[in-house]
Amino acid sequence: MAKTANETGETLAKHRYDERDRRLILAHVGVSVTALLIGAVAGLLQVVERAGWIRLPGGINYYQMLTLHGVLLALVFTTFFIFGYLYAGLARTLDGALVSASRKWAWIGYGMMTFGTLLAAAHILTHEATVLYTFYPPLQAAPGFYIGLALLVVGSWLASAVVIINYMQWRRRNKGESSPLFAYMGLVTVILWLHASLYVAIEVVVQLIPWSLGWVDRVNVALSRTLFWWFGHALVYFWLLPAYIYWYVNIPQIIGGKIFSSSLPRLTFLLLLLFSIPVGFHHQLSDPGIESFWKFLQVTLTMAVVVPTLMTAFAILATFEMAGRDKGAKGLFGWVKKLPWKDVRFFTPFMAMVIFIAGGAGGVIMASYQLNQLVHNTWFITGHFHMTLASTVGLTYFAALYWMIPILRHRKLTPGINRLGIIQTVIWTIGMLLMSVTMHVVGLMGAPRRSSFSTYGGHEIVSSWMPYLQLISVGGILLFVAILLAVYLFIHLWFLAPKTDRPADFPIGVVSEKASQPPRILERWSVWVGLSVVLSIIAYAVPLADMLLNPAPGALPLRPW
Amino acid sequence: MDIPRYERLWLGIGIGTLILFLFITGFMGFSMGLHPTDGMKKTVEPEKVTQSPPFDHPGLRRIGPDEYVLTSVSYVFGYDPMEVTVPAGAKVHFRATSRDVVHGLYIPGTTVNMMVEPGHITEQTFTFNKPGEYLVLCHEYCGSGHHLMQGRIFVTGE
Repeated sequence: MAKTANETGETLAKHRYDERDRRLILAHVGVSVTALLIGAVAGLLQVVERAGWIRLPGGINYYQMLTLHGVLLALVFTTFFIFGYLYAGLARTLDGALVSASRKWAWIGYGMMTFGTLLAAAHILTHEATVLYTFYPPLQAAPGFYIGLALLVVGSWLASAVVIINYMQWRRRNKGESSPLFAYMGLVTVILWLHASLYVAIEVVVQLIPWSLGWVDRVNVALSRTLFWWFGHALVYFWLLPAYIYWYVNIPQIIGGKIFSSSLPRLTFLLLLLFSIPVGFHHQLSDPGIESFWKFLQVTLTMAVVVPTLMTAFAILATFEMAGRDKGAKGLFGWVKKLPWKDVRFFTPFMAMVIFIAGGAGGVIMASYQLNQLVHNTWFITGHFHMTLASTVGLTYFAALYWMIPILRHRKLTPGINRLGIIQTVIWTIGMLLMSVTMHVVGLMGAPRRSSFSTYGGHEIVSSWMPYLQLISVGGILLFVAILLAVYLFIHLWFLAPKTDRPADFPIGVVSEKASQPPRILERWSVWVGLSVVLSIIAYAVPLADMLLNPAPGALPLRPW
Repeated sequence: MDIPRYERLWLGIGIGTLILFLFITGFMGFSMGLHPTDGMKKTVEPEKVTQSPPFDHPGLRRIGPDEYVLTSVSYVFGYDPMEVTVPAGAKVHFRATSRDVVHGLYIPGTTVNMMVEPGHITEQTFTFNKPGEYLVLCHEYCGSGHHLMQGRIFVTGE
């Protein structure tokens, strides 16, 4: 077996997807794009209702649309994209195809996730589950909603197992070699997911399903919130890591550069794994029932993600600069001009990175122990995650879909589509600046998140928010237009773009010849999984034991909608 | 693992800033007592909370010159009491619980920002120096009337 391209600096040979992999990946992409479109419609309805422009017709409720928007975009669009993208990258870098035996499990996982999504969505649409995507008890949805979510999570475990099987089989075939960077990063992504989603699975399966079926009367509220956020913060890293994979592995090839180190990106991912899970209390800083000491400890662990984030910023910019200089750029910033600004595969994720700088700064404010008091549950939070999730992650996913769909459909990404993709990104960025920046400002002025239109009895502070609400709505409409354009482009690339016998290659960057071999410890998983578990225990064991052994009286269910 | 010289510098500055930041935040918390809202006390069963002290008599109680305890019960979709009046300069100790679902107790323009959970008592202290009509609103989704859930604190001038 030849050494992998990542190790030797050779480009990968021309690759053609196996028919069975192609169908599997496209099936995931299809669900992802459908969820994107429906979730965007729900978002549009909400944002214009909140500004008081319309009243929702036909008994549709603001909070019902908010639940649909959150579930479809945060859970479904992302999860299906992520597994489609990981399968595509694994097939590309691990000897050209997925392990045959693993495909069956991938399809079973896909079936469970799709069925779970449909079940949860049906309950939301029939107004049986207007509990928002965080579903805090004792608000109680119909059992089918929780069962649907549980199927989505368990299905994703099978998908994660497929990633692990493919990685392990490759290691077995290539003894003593470091795995290709894409596979390594994909593996860290699913390890993070398996560890974190365990906690939400416990919440849903052990606490909420028996309770919603009426088998038990009461629910431990503090415990459920703690389990949710133990998972909930890592969830955002589960979305972010695939975007990082694109930045680290796909972009160097797209811009004609090389990955400058094979070790540091791996270390970055390990640090993200360690510091994304034992940190959920920073979402509960204003909660009762948790001692201040534990809240502060988790704030410290939260802030540790600054380190891998700074490493990523350095690595990405270094890759850009080296690529520019290899093309003959002169002077301190000459390399900037050598970057392919007119290539949607580069421009769109670049805008995602720029927006992430602002989003990250807002995140530091929110997780700051004291400052959170000023912004907790205000629109500041919503503005923050529409920059980080919707823009940084969303735009990077869109960019990947612009080239993945034509590769898998044996079609061409034409210059016309490329241009429209750039226009899509520009509309998105303007809409997002209008919406998210304004959300940050009006959040600081006190406007709460997750609230239907209300003048609060004509209170003057609420009147001062109103002009900002109009701007947010304008931004929201621009974002909706941008999503419609993106979905049109996806459909065009799927069915209408010109056919070709030689589709482009899934871009995989090669590691610079100057980079050294990654140390073996980086691939000793017992160490890293063990550390991740130990950190979780340190951060959670004592407060969790208190919630279990010395619980507040449980709460009875209520359905106040 | 070879970390380039500039990256070591970059990370060194970053990590140094981070440690300083955490030290300041921790000092403010543990030496100056500036912790976020919390509360380790528990109540009886949430649906019975209005039958036993202290929540059987929600309202404002004066405990010293310019110092008050505000005992507050949240429910879908309101607060008991709905309105209270205090003089400017009053230091108010909030003591809040819910008799049904999770609510919020938030006063825009102040640092009063509490999660109110059934079974738990959330505590926070705030001094109202500026006279005016303060809006109290629920900032955690609690049902179809969530955006109507509100109260008032009137702070009167000298």
